[in-house]
Amino acid sequence: MVRLITHNLLACHAKGCTTNNFPLKLTDIKLALREADFNPDFLRGFLPRIEWDALVQASREIGDTSLPSERPEMLDDDLLKQLHRVLLEASHSHEGSMTCPNCGHVYPISNGIPNMLLAEHEIG
Amino acid sequence: MIPTPDLSHLTKEDYKRVYEPAEDTFLLLDALEADADAIRALAPRVCLEIGSGTGIVSSFLGQIVGASDALFLCTDINPLSTACTARTGSQNKIPIEPLVASLARPLTSRLRHAVDVLVFNPPYVPTYEVEVDAAQRNGGISGSWAGGTDGMQVTDAFLRQVDGLLSPLGRFYLVAVKQNNVPKIKNLMSEVFALQSEIVLQRRAGSEHLFVLRFAR
Repeated sequence: MVRLITHNLLACHAKGCTTNNFPLKLTDIKLALREADFNPDFLRGFLPRIEWDALVQASREIGDTSLPSERPEMLDDDLLKQLHRVLLEASHSHEGSMTCPNCGHVYPISNGIPNMLLAEHEIG
Repeated sequence: MIPTPDLSHLTKEDYKRVYEPAEDTFLLLDALEADADAIRALAPRVCLEIGSGTGIVSSFLGQIVGASDALFLCTDINPLSTACTARTGSQNKIPIEPLVASLARPLTSRLRHAVDVLVFNPPYVPTYEVEVDAAQRNGGISGSWAGGTDGMQVTDAFLRQVDGLLSPLGRFYLVAVKQNNVPKIKNLMSEVFALQSEIVLQRRAGSEHLFVLRFAR
Protein backbone atom coordinates (compact mmCIF):
# COMPACT_ATOMS: atom_id res chain seq x y z
CA MET A 1 0.00 0.00 0.00
CA VAL A 2 2.50 2.65 0.92
CA ARG A 3 4.56 2.97 -2.21
CA LEU A 4 7.80 4.82 -2.88
CA ILE A 5 5.89 7.56 -4.70
CA THR A 6 4.23 8.39 -1.38
CA HIS A 7 7.34 7.81 0.72
CA ASN A 8 9.01 10.45 -1.46
CA LEU A 9 6.48 13.02 -0.20
CA LEU A 10 6.67 12.33 3.55
CA ALA A 11 8.86 14.38 5.88
CA CYS A 12 9.25 14.31 9.64
CA HIS A 13 7.11 17.04 11.20
CA ALA A 14 8.01 16.65 14.87
CA LYS A 15 8.51 19.79 16.92
CA GLY A 16 11.72 21.59 15.99
CA CYS A 17 12.67 19.02 13.36
CA THR A 18 13.03 21.17 10.27
CA THR A 19 16.34 20.24 8.64
CA ASN A 20 17.62 16.91 7.35
CA ASN A 21 14.13 15.51 8.14
CA PHE A 22 13.73 13.85 4.73
CA PRO A 23 13.74 11.16 3.39
CA LEU A 24 12.55 8.92 6.20
CA LYS A 25 14.66 5.77 6.47
CA LEU A 26 12.77 2.59 5.66
CA THR A 27 13.41 -0.30 8.04
CA ASP A 28 12.04 -3.82 8.45
CA ILE A 29 10.19 -3.48 5.19
CA LYS A 30 8.66 -6.52 3.57
CA LEU A 31 8.30 -5.90 -0.10
CA ALA A 32 5.33 -6.92 -2.19
CA LEU A 33 4.71 -6.29 -5.86
CA ARG A 34 1.30 -5.15 -6.92
CA GLU A 35 0.57 -4.62 -10.57
CA ALA A 36 -0.49 -1.14 -11.66
CA ASP A 37 -1.50 0.32 -15.03
CA PHE A 38 1.51 1.72 -16.89
CA ASN A 39 0.86 5.39 -17.63
CA PRO A 40 3.87 7.19 -19.18
CA ASP A 41 2.08 10.58 -19.21
CA PHE A 42 1.53 10.39 -15.48
CA LEU A 43 5.15 9.44 -14.83
CA ARG A 44 6.47 12.29 -17.01
CA GLY A 45 4.11 14.74 -15.31
CA PHE A 46 4.93 13.55 -11.80
CA LEU A 47 8.70 13.27 -12.13
CA PRO A 48 9.41 17.00 -11.52
CA ARG A 49 7.83 16.56 -8.06
CA ILE A 50 10.13 13.67 -7.14
CA GLU A 51 13.28 14.21 -5.09
CA TRP A 52 15.57 11.98 -7.12
CA ASP A 53 18.30 11.33 -4.53
CA ALA A 54 15.67 10.37 -1.96
CA LEU A 55 14.04 7.97 -4.41
CA VAL A 56 17.34 6.30 -5.29
CA GLN A 57 18.23 5.95 -1.60
CA ALA A 58 14.80 4.50 -0.72
CA SER A 59 14.81 2.08 -3.64
CA ARG A 60 18.22 0.78 -2.51
CA GLU A 61 16.89 0.39 1.04
CA ILE A 62 14.26 -1.96 -0.32
CA GLY A 63 16.82 -3.83 -2.40
CA ASP A 64 16.28 -2.37 -5.88
CA THR A 65 19.39 -1.02 -7.61
CA SER A 66 17.95 -0.40 -11.07
CA LEU A 67 17.73 3.42 -10.95
CA PRO A 68 20.69 5.61 -12.05
CA SER A 69 22.16 7.72 -9.24
CA GLU A 70 21.80 10.95 -11.24
CA ARG A 71 18.41 12.27 -12.31
CA PRO A 72 18.18 11.34 -16.01
CA GLU A 73 17.69 14.11 -18.53
CA MET A 74 15.95 11.90 -21.06
CA LEU A 75 13.18 9.49 -20.17
CA ASP A 76 13.27 6.56 -22.55
CA ASP A 77 10.82 3.67 -22.44
CA ASP A 78 13.10 1.43 -20.39
CA LEU A 79 13.59 4.06 -17.73
CA LEU A 80 9.86 4.87 -17.62
CA LYS A 81 9.17 1.19 -17.01
CA GLN A 82 11.76 1.03 -14.25
CA LEU A 83 10.27 4.12 -12.64
CA HIS A 84 6.80 2.64 -12.93
CA ARG A 85 7.91 -0.47 -11.11
CA VAL A 86 9.86 1.31 -8.37
CA LEU A 87 7.39 4.14 -7.73
CA LEU A 88 4.03 2.46 -8.28
CA GLU A 89 4.31 -1.32 -8.11
CA ALA A 90 6.64 -1.98 -5.20
CA SER A 91 4.71 -1.61 -1.97
CA HIS A 92 5.56 -2.30 1.62
CA SER A 93 2.89 -4.82 2.27
CA HIS A 94 2.49 -5.08 5.99
CA GLU A 95 4.50 -3.99 8.97
CA GLY A 96 7.61 -1.86 9.10
CA SER A 97 8.69 1.60 10.04
CA MET A 98 10.13 4.86 8.81
CA THR A 99 12.70 6.72 10.89
CA CYS A 100 13.58 10.40 10.74
CA PRO A 101 17.29 10.82 9.84
CA ASN A 102 17.45 13.96 12.00
CA CYS A 103 15.51 13.47 15.25
CA GLY A 104 15.15 9.69 15.14
CA HIS A 105 11.37 9.74 15.46
CA VAL A 106 9.93 6.39 14.35
CA TYR A 107 6.73 6.35 12.30
CA PRO A 108 5.26 2.83 12.28
CA ILE A 109 3.65 1.20 9.25
CA SER A 110 0.76 -1.04 10.16
CA ASN A 111 -1.19 -3.11 7.61
CA GLY A 112 0.60 -1.14 4.94
CA ILE A 113 -0.56 2.24 6.26
CA PRO A 114 1.97 4.65 7.76
CA ASN A 115 1.01 6.27 11.04
CA MET A 116 2.30 9.84 10.90
CA LEU A 117 0.51 11.09 14.02
CA LEU A 118 2.57 12.71 16.74
CA ALA A 119 1.84 12.91 20.45
CA GLU A 120 0.67 16.33 21.60
CA HIS A 121 4.04 17.31 23.09
CA GLU A 122 5.80 16.40 19.81
CA ILE A 123 3.71 18.69 17.61
CA GLY A 124 5.51 21.80 16.43
CA MET B 1 -23.34 10.10 -14.84
CA ILE B 2 -20.46 8.88 -12.69
CA PRO B 3 -21.49 5.88 -10.58
CA THR B 4 -21.42 6.26 -6.80
CA PRO B 5 -18.48 4.17 -5.52
CA ASP B 6 -19.27 0.68 -4.28
CA LEU B 7 -19.27 0.48 -0.47
CA SER B 8 -20.80 -2.99 -0.22
CA HIS B 9 -17.65 -4.26 1.54
CA LEU B 10 -18.39 -2.02 4.59
CA THR B 11 -20.70 -3.15 7.39
CA LYS B 12 -22.62 -1.70 10.32
CA GLU B 13 -19.60 -2.54 12.47
CA ASP B 14 -17.43 -0.24 10.34
CA TYR B 15 -19.98 2.57 10.60
CA LYS B 16 -19.86 2.45 14.39
CA ARG B 17 -16.37 3.87 14.21
CA VAL B 18 -16.08 5.45 10.75
CA TYR B 19 -18.31 8.24 9.41
CA GLU B 20 -21.01 6.78 7.19
CA PRO B 21 -21.63 8.78 3.99
CA ALA B 22 -24.55 11.13 4.47
CA GLU B 23 -26.12 14.19 2.78
CA ASP B 24 -22.93 16.23 3.15
CA THR B 25 -20.89 13.48 1.48
CA PHE B 26 -23.33 13.19 -1.42
CA LEU B 27 -23.43 16.96 -1.93
CA LEU B 28 -19.63 16.88 -2.23
CA LEU B 29 -19.82 14.05 -4.79
CA ASP B 30 -22.42 16.04 -6.75
CA ALA B 31 -20.19 19.13 -6.68
CA LEU B 32 -17.19 17.14 -7.97
CA GLU B 33 -19.36 15.66 -10.70
CA ALA B 34 -20.62 19.13 -11.69
CA ASP B 35 -16.96 20.21 -12.02
CA ALA B 36 -15.78 16.96 -13.64
CA ASP B 37 -14.82 18.48 -17.02
CA ALA B 38 -12.89 21.32 -15.41
CA ILE B 39 -11.12 18.89 -13.07
CA ARG B 40 -10.10 16.64 -15.98
CA ALA B 41 -8.91 19.68 -17.95
CA LEU B 42 -6.37 20.38 -15.18
CA ALA B 43 -4.73 16.99 -15.83
CA PRO B 44 -4.22 16.66 -12.06
CA ARG B 45 -1.18 14.67 -10.89
CA VAL B 46 -1.65 15.02 -7.12
CA CYS B 47 -5.04 14.75 -5.39
CA LEU B 48 -5.23 15.01 -1.62
CA GLU B 49 -8.25 14.44 0.59
CA ILE B 50 -8.20 15.38 4.28
CA GLY B 51 -10.38 13.26 6.58
CA SER B 52 -11.25 10.61 4.03
CA GLY B 53 -13.48 8.43 6.27
CA THR B 54 -14.79 5.55 4.16
CA GLY B 55 -12.77 6.72 1.12
CA ILE B 56 -15.88 7.25 -1.00
CA VAL B 57 -14.92 10.77 -2.10
CA SER B 58 -11.41 9.93 -3.30
CA SER B 59 -12.73 6.83 -5.06
CA PHE B 60 -15.24 9.05 -6.85
CA LEU B 61 -12.51 11.58 -7.69
CA GLY B 62 -10.42 8.70 -9.03
CA GLN B 63 -13.24 7.75 -11.37
CA ILE B 64 -13.38 11.34 -12.65
CA VAL B 65 -9.62 11.79 -13.08
CA GLY B 66 -8.64 8.23 -14.08
CA ALA B 67 -7.14 5.64 -11.74
CA SER B 68 -3.64 5.77 -13.24
CA ASP B 69 -3.58 9.49 -14.07
CA ALA B 70 -2.93 10.89 -10.61
CA LEU B 71 -1.72 10.03 -7.13
CA PHE B 72 -4.65 9.86 -4.71
CA LEU B 73 -3.45 10.64 -1.19
CA CYS B 74 -5.79 10.54 1.79
CA THR B 75 -5.27 11.40 5.43
CA ASP B 76 -7.42 10.67 8.46
CA ILE B 77 -6.67 10.79 12.19
CA ASN B 78 -8.70 7.61 12.68
CA PRO B 79 -6.71 4.46 11.77
CA LEU B 80 -9.98 2.58 11.18
CA SER B 81 -10.94 5.19 8.60
CA THR B 82 -7.66 4.82 6.75
CA ALA B 83 -8.19 1.05 6.66
CA CYS B 84 -11.70 1.58 5.23
CA THR B 85 -10.31 4.10 2.73
CA ALA B 86 -7.79 1.52 1.50
CA ARG B 87 -10.49 -1.15 1.17
CA THR B 88 -12.85 1.22 -0.67
CA GLY B 89 -10.04 2.14 -3.05
CA SER B 90 -9.39 -1.56 -3.86
CA GLN B 91 -13.09 -2.29 -4.19
CA ASN B 92 -13.41 0.49 -6.77
CA LYS B 93 -10.03 -0.11 -8.46
CA ILE B 94 -8.59 3.27 -7.46
CA PRO B 95 -5.07 2.93 -5.95
CA ILE B 96 -5.58 5.24 -2.95
CA GLU B 97 -2.69 5.89 -0.56
CA PRO B 98 -4.04 6.44 2.95
CA LEU B 99 -1.98 7.90 5.80
CA VAL B 100 -2.90 8.17 9.45
CA ALA B 101 -2.19 11.87 9.92
CA SER B 102 -3.63 15.13 11.14
CA LEU B 103 -4.64 17.41 8.24
CA ALA B 104 -1.72 17.45 5.75
CA ARG B 105 1.08 17.79 8.31
CA PRO B 106 3.65 15.21 7.09
CA LEU B 107 3.10 16.32 3.47
CA THR B 108 3.24 20.12 3.70
CA SER B 109 6.96 20.54 3.13
CA ARG B 110 7.18 18.20 0.10
CA LEU B 111 3.83 19.13 -1.44
CA ARG B 112 4.43 22.88 -1.40
CA HIS B 113 2.32 24.32 -4.24
CA ALA B 114 1.95 20.81 -5.68
CA VAL B 115 -1.62 19.68 -4.94
CA ASP B 116 -3.93 19.97 -7.93
CA VAL B 117 -7.18 18.83 -6.31
CA LEU B 118 -7.54 19.27 -2.56
CA VAL B 119 -10.72 18.10 -0.81
CA PHE B 120 -11.90 18.46 2.79
CA ASN B 121 -15.25 17.53 4.29
CA PRO B 122 -14.36 18.71 7.80
CA PRO B 123 -15.97 18.17 11.19
CA TYR B 124 -18.26 21.20 10.79
CA VAL B 125 -20.88 20.71 13.53
CA PRO B 126 -20.80 23.47 16.19
CA THR B 127 -19.88 21.94 19.60
CA TYR B 128 -18.08 22.95 22.78
CA GLU B 129 -14.40 23.59 22.27
CA VAL B 130 -13.27 21.00 24.81
CA GLU B 131 -15.29 18.43 22.91
CA VAL B 132 -13.43 19.00 19.66
CA ASP B 133 -10.01 18.81 21.30
CA ALA B 134 -10.86 15.47 22.89
CA ALA B 135 -12.46 14.22 19.67
CA GLN B 136 -9.38 15.02 17.58
CA ARG B 137 -7.05 13.48 20.16
CA ASN B 138 -9.00 10.24 20.35
CA GLY B 139 -9.23 9.83 16.60
CA GLY B 140 -12.65 8.25 17.05
CA ILE B 141 -15.89 8.84 15.19
CA SER B 142 -16.80 12.08 17.01
CA GLY B 143 -13.67 13.59 15.42
CA SER B 144 -15.47 13.31 12.08
CA TRP B 145 -18.15 15.81 13.06
CA ALA B 146 -17.34 17.77 16.26
CA GLY B 147 -16.19 21.19 15.05
CA GLY B 148 -16.00 23.37 18.18
CA THR B 149 -17.09 27.02 18.23
CA ASP B 150 -18.98 27.85 14.99
CA GLY B 151 -17.97 24.35 13.86
CA MET B 152 -14.81 25.99 12.51
CA GLN B 153 -12.05 24.89 14.88
CA VAL B 154 -10.55 22.19 12.66
CA THR B 155 -11.43 23.95 9.38
CA ASP B 156 -9.72 27.16 10.54
CA ALA B 157 -6.51 25.28 11.25
CA PHE B 158 -6.56 23.80 7.76
CA LEU B 159 -7.52 26.99 5.88
CA ARG B 160 -4.14 28.44 6.83
CA GLN B 161 -2.37 25.56 5.02
CA VAL B 162 -4.36 25.62 1.78
CA ASP B 163 -2.40 28.34 0.00
CA GLY B 164 0.87 26.52 0.69
CA LEU B 165 -0.46 23.26 -0.74
CA LEU B 166 -2.33 24.33 -3.87
CA SER B 167 -0.52 24.17 -7.22
CA PRO B 168 -0.78 27.27 -9.46
CA LEU B 169 -3.98 26.02 -11.10
CA GLY B 170 -5.05 23.82 -8.19
CA ARG B 171 -8.48 23.89 -6.65
CA PHE B 172 -9.72 23.24 -3.13
CA TYR B 173 -13.20 21.86 -2.37
CA LEU B 174 -14.57 22.45 1.13
CA VAL B 175 -17.86 21.36 2.71
CA ALA B 176 -19.44 23.87 5.11
CA VAL B 177 -22.73 24.55 6.87
CA LYS B 178 -24.46 27.89 7.28
CA GLN B 179 -23.37 28.24 10.95
CA ASN B 180 -19.72 28.16 9.79
CA ASN B 181 -20.34 31.63 8.28
CA VAL B 182 -19.63 31.02 4.60
CA PRO B 183 -19.20 34.74 3.68
CA LYS B 184 -16.59 35.07 6.43
CA ILE B 185 -14.64 32.04 5.12
CA LYS B 186 -14.74 33.45 1.57
CA ASN B 187 -13.51 36.88 2.74
CA LEU B 188 -10.72 35.46 4.86
CA MET B 189 -9.38 33.32 2.02
CA SER B 190 -9.61 36.18 -0.45
CA GLU B 191 -8.05 38.87 1.77
CA VAL B 192 -5.34 36.87 3.49
CA PHE B 193 -4.42 34.32 0.81
CA ALA B 194 -5.75 35.83 -2.45
CA LEU B 195 -7.73 32.65 -3.04
CA GLN B 196 -11.05 33.35 -4.73
CA SER B 197 -14.03 31.13 -4.12
CA GLU B 198 -17.42 30.17 -5.44
CA ILE B 199 -20.30 28.16 -4.07
CA VAL B 200 -20.46 25.11 -6.33
CA LEU B 201 -23.63 23.68 -4.77
CA GLN B 202 -25.81 24.22 -1.73
CA ARG B 203 -28.62 22.12 -0.34
CA ARG B 204 -30.88 21.94 2.68
CA ALA B 205 -30.85 18.54 4.37
CA GLY B 206 -33.02 18.33 7.47
CA SER B 207 -31.79 21.02 9.84
CA GLU B 208 -28.51 21.55 7.95
CA HIS B 209 -27.94 24.07 5.17
CA LEU B 210 -24.93 22.58 3.40
CA PHE B 211 -22.47 24.23 1.00
CA VAL B 212 -19.61 23.07 -1.18
CA LEU B 213 -17.11 25.85 -1.81
CA ARG B 214 -14.37 25.83 -4.44
CA PHE B 215 -11.22 27.91 -3.96
CA ALA B 216 -8.62 28.75 -6.59
CA ARG B 217 -6.06 31.46 -7.33
